[in-house]
Amino acid sequence: MRKISIDPISRIEGHLGIELDVEDGVVRDARCSGPLFRGFEVILKGRDPRDAPMFAQRICGVCPLIHAKGSVLALDSAFGISDRIPDNGRIVRNLLLGSNFLQSHVLHFYHLAALDFVDVTAVAGYGGADPDLNDLRAFAGRGPLSPLVPRYEGDYRFSAEVSLVLLKHYVEALRVRRKAHEMLAVFGGKVPHQCGMVPGGVTKGPDLDSIAEYLWRLREIQRFVDETLIPDAIALGKTYPEYMRIGRGCGRYLSFGGFSLAGSEADLSSKAKLFPSGILRNGAVEPLDPSKIEEELAHSWYDDSGAGPPSSGETIPLRGKDGAYSWLKSPRYEGQVFEVGPLARMLIGYRLGHGRLRETVDPALSALGIEIDDLRSTMGRHVARAIEAGIVARALEEWVLSLRPGEPFYVDHQIPEASTGMGLHEAPRGSLGHWVKIAGGRIERYQVVSPTTWNGSPQDSKGAPGPIEQALIGTRIRDPENPFEAVRIVRSFDPCLACSVQVIAPSGRKLVEYRIA
Amino acid sequence: MSKEIPVIWAQHGGCTGCSVSFLNAARPAVKNILIDEVVPGTHIELRFHLTVMAGQGEPALEVVRDTVRREKGGYVLIVEGSIDPEYGRSLGVPLDDVARDALAAIAVGNCAAFGGLPAGRPNPVGYMGVGEAFGRLGIRKPLINVPGCPMHPDWLSGTIVGILLKGLPGPGDLDDLLRPKAFYGKLIHDRCQRRADFDAGKFAARPGDDGCLYELGCKGPFTSADCPERRWNNRRNWCVENGYPCQGCVEPEFADLHSPYWKKIPLEAK
Repeated sequence: MRKISIDPISRIEGHLGIELDVEDGVVRDARCSGPLFRGFEVILKGRDPRDAPMFAQRICGVCPLIHAKGSVLALDSAFGISDRIPDNGRIVRNLLLGSNFLQSHVLHFYHLAALDFVDVTAVAGYGGADPDLNDLRAFAGRGPLSPLVPRYEGDYRFSAEVSLVLLKHYVEALRVRRKAHEMLAVFGGKVPHQCGMVPGGVTKGPDLDSIAEYLWRLREIQRFVDETLIPDAIALGKTYPEYMRIGRGCGRYLSFGGFSLAGSEADLSSKAKLFPSGILRNGAVEPLDPSKIEEELAHSWYDDSGAGPPSSGETIPLRGKDGAYSWLKSPRYEGQVFEVGPLARMLIGYRLGHGRLRETVDPALSALGIEIDDLRSTMGRHVARAIEAGIVARALEEWVLSLRPGEPFYVDHQIPEASTGMGLHEAPRGSLGHWVKIAGGRIERYQVVSPTTWNGSPQDSKGAPGPIEQALIGTRIRDPENPFEAVRIVRSFDPCLACSVQVIAPSGRKLVEYRIA
Repeated sequence: MSKEIPVIWAQHGGCTGCSVSFLNAARPAVKNILIDEVVPGTHIELRFHLTVMAGQGEPALEVVRDTVRREKGGYVLIVEGSIDPEYGRSLGVPLDDVARDALAAIAVGNCAAFGGLPAGRPNPVGYMGVGEAFGRLGIRKPLINVPGCPMHPDWLSGTIVGILLKGLPGPGDLDDLLRPKAFYGKLIHDRCQRRADFDAGKFAARPGDDGCLYELGCKGPFTSADCPERRWNNRRNWCVENGYPCQGCVEPEFADLHSPYWKKIPLEAK
């Protein structure tokens, strides 16, 4: 038995380490753990409820939009105004979050994941006239290509010619993702950490100028997604075909649904959503019932008495607890392990025959020569994410054109003395929930369950490993010095650790010893 | 031969938002800063950045140790996120190990500069800014604070280009919070495009209204930064222009004294 420790894993959001037990070249056991503590849920206690979106979005600088949205949805429901948000407000919220989906998906594919597959050193041999590639070549000539080396060696399969094209796309994608944030700032003020979403709607309504400013950027990004991102994801799948089988995972999928097309956003059962809600297990989609979500603590550094549904569970740190190895909790649905993310949304939507999903997904499947269920894999997650970017971009165009300048975008409200609220939505990385309890007009309790808490969770009380762990177990590692397989699997989930661990221990207590070795 | 300035970017208790903001740099763009000679004859060598670097695990950490060994006094340390002085020997890049031999440290974002929201009441972990942590650890090192939540990418690229062109900032270049006066030298309230509304007594009563946002809790009268002129995201927009009160995210008061964000602070209170 050999242990492989990869810590820190780079090109994800936040801090994550994995430890693998490898026997005869195959991963027998995997432990996924993350150490970052800030304590937003504690810091929010006692504050004005309207401050929640501002604090909560700062849980994560990569996907602040979804935390802002989860938070305003929870407050809308606590304030009793979920069904009164004006259409302009609902649509602008969708435009804000959708822009960040595009930013996040483009960033993930090119800047976070692609370096596991594309040989950046190919640029040294470039002899053409492209300015970006010539700048990269000059850069390579000056020094060691930091931060693109050191890296794992041995499994870069694209030809030099194709590698150069992909490197060009890497540089282009820097501009595209920046433009997606500029587009977001049209209605969000600035980003990261937007200033637009508030309970009741948004602070800035549409006018012709903002619609035009949003639209031209969107058209450019749309084109990049359709003509560059999706074809590149398919090319990746064809070049690394065995990754359509590697890293399959737990085989159960969950989606809270999101991007309301009409009416109340709080109605989970509504069909009028870009992403439907539901759970997929045993080959069938069932309706989602949030009351069946519980957080387990068997292998997490928390007192077991805090386990339970997020609306009432507690967070009591217990460093050194027997058998624990992670600060992530283990959210489970009816006691079972579920994967969340673009793949989950796609499998659930496709099976439900939702919207125009099939007409977007089928051409990609046929280009890859696979069936929908073959997407349940490392490569499938990348392909699903790329296709989803195309779906979101098209929806954004419809939405921005449906805005009505001059009509309301905000509804006034009172802060109740006592109330509770729940905000469920889909984030770029999967399902996100915010739960708030208000007492005396102040926040008494705040709880967040984020996508990577689902995907990166440790073993539960039945000993079932979390989705990333399950995806790792059984994988053949060809070269323990360059464990490409493991990091490719982990990154396909697009983990976000800052989102997943927000809990803390009482001040002054030693929480964790960061592993430097 | 191009002169190389190695940079180590260490992420502590933060959200990665300042890194994402850095990726949003437009003038110069992040590509200009990382790949080109941003100043003729000089280029940045970003050797360690958890979100963008290709390497991971041991080989990536060795790059940091190697830089500390070979480039004593020659590399710039950028710190993002709030510091936990007791345990925050942090995540691959222990603050005291990398800070002592740096040319200078730049604390980006409100977290690294002042502790930020993670140090908000009741500050459950005991987080603090880099300056305070340096004090505790007995580290004497030139420090430049580039706060904001996140920091504006121009504020960081301007600070870096300034170091490359002129060397470290002199005493007259920084304010008493160690922020470059070039970016933090003017009150938002004095440059705000809604200032005429304030002077005329025309105030917004609810989000979306025209008029000055002071009654809705705007912290512009207590906040020094060039947001109204520079604006954000390639100069597209900024908080107040978008109808959202300034939260004073470049100030040490951001986490507590400026919250609730939707409540007015009396002008005489400061």
